[in-house]
This record gives sequence, C-alpha cells and structure tokens, in this order.
Amino acid sequence: MTAPVTIRIQQADFDVAKEIAALTNGRTDIGAVVSFSGICRGSEGGGEIAALTLEHYPEMAEAEIKRHADEAMSRWPLDGLTVIHRFGRIRPGENIVLVVTASKHRQAAFQAAEFLMDYLKTSAPFWKHEESARGTGWVEAREHDDAAAARWTKS
Amino acid sequence: MKVKYFAWVRERVGKAEEVVEPPPNVRTVGELVAWLAGRDEAYAHAFETPKVIRAAIDHTHVKPDAMIAGAREIAFFPPMTGG
Repeated sequence: MTAPVTIRIQQADFDVAKEIAALTNGRTDIGAVVSFSGICRGSEGGGEIAALTLEHYPEMAEAEIKRHADEAMSRWPLDGLTVIHRFGRIRPGENIVLVVTASKHRQAAFQAAEFLMDYLKTSAPFWKHEESARGTGWVEAREHDDAAAARWTKS
Repeated sequence: MKVKYFAWVRERVGKAEEVVEPPPNVRTVGELVAWLAGRDEAYAHAFETPKVIRAAIDHTHVKPDAMIAGAREIAFFPPMTGG
C-alpha cells in the first residue's frame, strides 16, 4: 500500500495528537512515529515578542513542501508523512509548524523529520514578520539554518 | 509575464504583483532584477542588494542565471524564514 502523505497549509491551529492518530490508526506495521512541532517563542534576542505574522506564497509553498515530502519518501522507508504549516498571525505559545513521520523503525522517522524541518526552514516560501515592544520588522534568515539544510545534500 | 513580490520586497516595491514586459535583451532572472531595479526609486530600493534576492519561476526556486523565456510567473522574495 502507498504510504499516506498529507500536506496542509492553513491559518487554523492543529492538534498534534489527532494528526499522529490519523497516521497510525488501524495500522500494525508502524513501529515508530516522530513528531516535531515548531512553536512561536515569546522572546528573541532578549526582547519580548507580541506576535508573528507569517506571509506565504500559497501555490509555491504547496509545491515546494510536496517536492521535499516526495524526496523524504524516496530516501527513507516511511509508512506515512504529515506536514502542516500555518500562516497568518500567531502569538507566543501557539503552533507554527508540524512534521510527523511514521516508519517501522525509529531511525528513518527521526532522520526524515529532521530533513523535512531543515528544508522547510530554508526553502519553503514563508516569511515571519515580528511585532515587539521595539517595533515591527521582518525576521532575518539565519546562516546556521542554511548549513543545517546543506548537510542533507548528497555528495 | 506575471511578477509577484513577497515580504519586504513586496513592501518596498509597493505592490504584491503586476504584469511586466521586459525588453528582449532581458533574458535571465538576474537581468530582470537589474531591469526592475532601474524602473524607479522604489524598485531600486527593493533590489539594491541583488545577492540577497531569491527568485522562483513557476513555483520552483531558480538561480540568477535561469532563463526567463516561457515563464508564466516569476516571484522575488527575501531569504525564507518559515518553519
């Protein structure tokens, strides 16, 4: 059977437990599920953050995440994969992104989840705009995120 | 062709999308950036540091040397900060 791949880009919050259950319910072949949740922090660089607003490029976000989901499916023996990325205004403590990977063994699930997150950070077309007491501004990309994504490139 | 702008590129240009008709000597993404930058002060500000500008043709990331012939939609944006 083909492993289910779910990609959603939505304004609404998601329920981590429900998304995990959706991948595993009724299955006895899955031995490992890894989930990563990215959550909005309440402070950055010593300053408090009031909220983030995520802008995105809808058609490309879907296509870009699909390309990396397909790559993950081909590189690791996965039995299911879910990626959810939110957009719009998100307050500290709220969810931003979810990656769930299911496999027979933990190694594939851990590695595929990390691979997907590293690529979401650097190549999915989303941009964070930050509101804080100091004002508002676009969050700058970090070099260590590029380095994290680069280590998955096949040599 | 349709051109879209996101995040601070969109703010600086002052619009989210438009249709442009560059002259025939504008063949690559990098040349399109240079041509756009020459339109007025707002575009010049948006594209003042070409090496930080990322581009996509028809929803796929491309490098500055990518050819624009046949492109339906070209997007320009800063480095991504999702996840």
